Amino acid sequence: MKARSVVDVSTLPTAGFGPKSPMWWGTLGFMALEGGGFVLAVGTYLYLAMIAPDWPLGAVEPDLLPGTIVTVLLVISVVPNHLVSRWARKQRLGRVRIGLVVMALLGILPLIARGFEFPALNVRWDANAYGSVVWVVLGLHTAHLVTDLGDTLVLAALMFTRHGRSAKRFSDVTDNAFYWDFVVASWVVLYLLIYWFPRLYNP
Amino acid sequence: MTDIAAPVKGQRDSGLDDATLHAALTRTWETPRGLYGFFATVDHKIIGRRFIVTAFVFLFLAGLAAMAMRYQLSRPENTAIGPDLYDQLFTMHGSTMMFLFAVPVMEAFAVYLVPLMVGTRNIAFPRLNAFSYWIYLSGGLMLWIAFLLNIGPDVGWFSYVPLAGPEFSPGKRADFWAQMITFTEVSALAIAVEIIVTVFKQRAPGMALDRIPIFVWAVLITSFVVLFAMPAVMLSSTTLILDRLVGTHFYNAAEGGDPVLWQHLFWFFGHPEVYIIFIPATGFISAIIPTFVRRPIFGYIALVLSLISIGILSFGLWVHHMFATGLPQLGQSFFTASSMLIAIPSGIQIFCWIATIWLGRPMWKTPLLFVAGFIVTFVIGGLTGVMVASVPIDLQVHDTYFVVAHFHYVLVGGAVFPLIGAVYYWFPKFTGRMLSERLGKWNFWLAVIGFNAAFFPMHFLGLMGMPRRVYTYPLGAGWGELNLFVGLAAAMLFASFAVFLWNVVASLKRGEVAGPNPWGGGTLEWATASPPPFYNFMRIPVVTHREPLWAETESLPVATGLRVDARELICGTVTDATPELRESSPENSIWPLLSAIAVGATFIGSIFTPWAVVWGAPPIAIGLIGWFWPKGTPEDEE
Repeated sequence: MKARSVVDVSTLPTAGFGPKSPMWWGTLGFMALEGGGFVLAVGTYLYLAMIAPDWPLGAVEPDLLPGTIVTVLLVISVVPNHLVSRWARKQRLGRVRIGLVVMALLGILPLIARGFEFPALNVRWDANAYGSVVWVVLGLHTAHLVTDLGDTLVLAALMFTRHGRSAKRFSDVTDNAFYWDFVVASWVVLYLLIYWFPRLYNP
Repeated sequence: MTDIAAPVKGQRDSGLDDATLHAALTRTWETPRGLYGFFATVDHKIIGRRFIVTAFVFLFLAGLAAMAMRYQLSRPENTAIGPDLYDQLFTMHGSTMMFLFAVPVMEAFAVYLVPLMVGTRNIAFPRLNAFSYWIYLSGGLMLWIAFLLNIGPDVGWFSYVPLAGPEFSPGKRADFWAQMITFTEVSALAIAVEIIVTVFKQRAPGMALDRIPIFVWAVLITSFVVLFAMPAVMLSSTTLILDRLVGTHFYNAAEGGDPVLWQHLFWFFGHPEVYIIFIPATGFISAIIPTFVRRPIFGYIALVLSLISIGILSFGLWVHHMFATGLPQLGQSFFTASSMLIAIPSGIQIFCWIATIWLGRPMWKTPLLFVAGFIVTFVIGGLTGVMVASVPIDLQVHDTYFVVAHFHYVLVGGAVFPLIGAVYYWFPKFTGRMLSERLGKWNFWLAVIGFNAAFFPMHFLGLMGMPRRVYTYPLGAGWGELNLFVGLAAAMLFASFAVFLWNVVASLKRGEVAGPNPWGGGTLEWATASPPPFYNFMRIPVVTHREPLWAETESLPVATGLRVDARELICGTVTDATPELRESSPENSIWPLLSAIAVGATFIGSIFTPWAVVWGAPPIAIGLIGWFWPKGTPEDEE
């Protein structure tokens, strides 16, 4: 069939931010499915608590300190995270570079504190179903922490190369920041579940 | 094609004549011949084709497992196949059909067709798409190699604990099942995201939400169902492996775990799974009918809303698989009601299809025959579905052949018949050649008669008390004659697939040449050559109508201004598909394959030791960095 040109797209930009960018939607899709995974893990925890005669099944409640430190660090990280995102939208390469280094550090610090969280749970994964579920919930979130830190490190390195000076890379930086918000927000819920639920719930 | 001179940097398609444009776009979008091209391609058509072929290979393997079981059951007290192998056979049959055939084949069709139907040049995240295929292939091979080594799973396709737990299933059989789940679900989830983003962002200019072909709506909604259902089975299979490998107690009642938790998690996935298979099949129906009755679909909005409601309701039914576990009565009543509720949107769809056929001028070619076969068979399956949704009936027929009959009516009638119809419909697009109509009619009648003869008597076997998953039965049970009949009918059904295979193989070489639009279809995939060129469309179509090719008979309105020296496509707004970006699309790359090998090795290793996750992490990280790091191609420099 013959073609007749009715739309000209030659002046359109080659990168966009937020919902303009397919990568943003892809990130949202993965957040939705991983969020679904978190919801189910939380559901599993609550289900096991619901059927248990006592909770946390004779174990000692988890120590608050390491988990609270992680929470504080993650909540603080939201501020530079949003600054990096804003600078990326304005395509300020110098600031984005500094911001990503800061974000890399704010990824490493909670991960170190996370190392102290597992022993602070005061229960082994093979002790009982409570131990199993808290280890899995914490492990699941740790996997997110590690992967987003990896992503931030690679992106930070990339922005220091000649490839950094590209609208597409700046868009990637904003999507990475978007995902970090998800990692932080999901942790706040999991923190309340792991540390405060056993203290407040009395079957 | 590669001997054509490279286009000037930044060259646009505006003003280029067809021959020059074809040469330049081929150079930019082609998959080179040879081993590298084979492993590195990110073309959705090549990957989609591979997916389809692989899924059909698994269909035949699972079909052979079924034939072996029917042979064993063809007379009482048969000793041809022992209980151990029989257990593996029914587990392999169910697991392969559900996880390696039915879901992947529907996604495979989406991978091939969606970019063509929405008028774009490749799927979103094409490297992830390549990765998904390799991961799926690895998972399938792992399962079948395990079976050949006599370590195939033997605990049923839903792998219930405590049977599948460490106490009653020592060894690694159940772990291969659980890890196959991880492979296939990673693949399915990635494809779901690709499809969602392709449909949301890459639709041709003008393809507003109410102009999206219903098949595309169907796979979009399916992708959302995948997105929220599959994490449940990943969580359940992972916790099962943990229980078996490192001694967690999720399903160990003695330590505060609960076997019923497994059923909740599994069926929270498992019921939507049925709709993950069924919704795309209804999409096939809604694509085939208008073409063969020569009129637009009746009730477009009603159909789309029905699909959305089925997608949502599919999450509210899972407990009807668990009526026999002794749940509270109020819960049972709720799930009975919700199970019956889903009959309403399903019924609306059926009435819309019947109305379309009624108002049109049907041409009874093979695809439409399979649609008719679908409607009849699926309605029977739907009726027994309403029966088993009722708790008292379910408790009577639970775990009997009645249930086996019911779900085969729904799955084969509801999904496989439309699928075979879809193959007849789109085969010309995939290959450039028509399938034989004569063999198609043989295929259809053998399938419909063979299927009904094989599965209808199973209702009676179930009511007579024959349980599913028994490797034999005593002479005095009186089930021998019916089982022999079922076995012979199953052979007839199998023969229909042999005819189908023969038709495909013969037509690839000798089939009639199809041309771009052999059926006179109205949607965009018929606007390009058969098979489509590497770049899909020479110029991106602009959509003004639900059936663009029926509305624009003289010439097709198109968009121009894209680069021809770099892979570029149009991204637009989600609701109206108003162009917003010239988005670059990734080039071929070997890294998705390398990443898939690293991920696959980690998955398989973690069947044997939890440390595999640690050892596997560095190669996976290297694979992913190689995948994403810019290589200085024009696409990266935008």
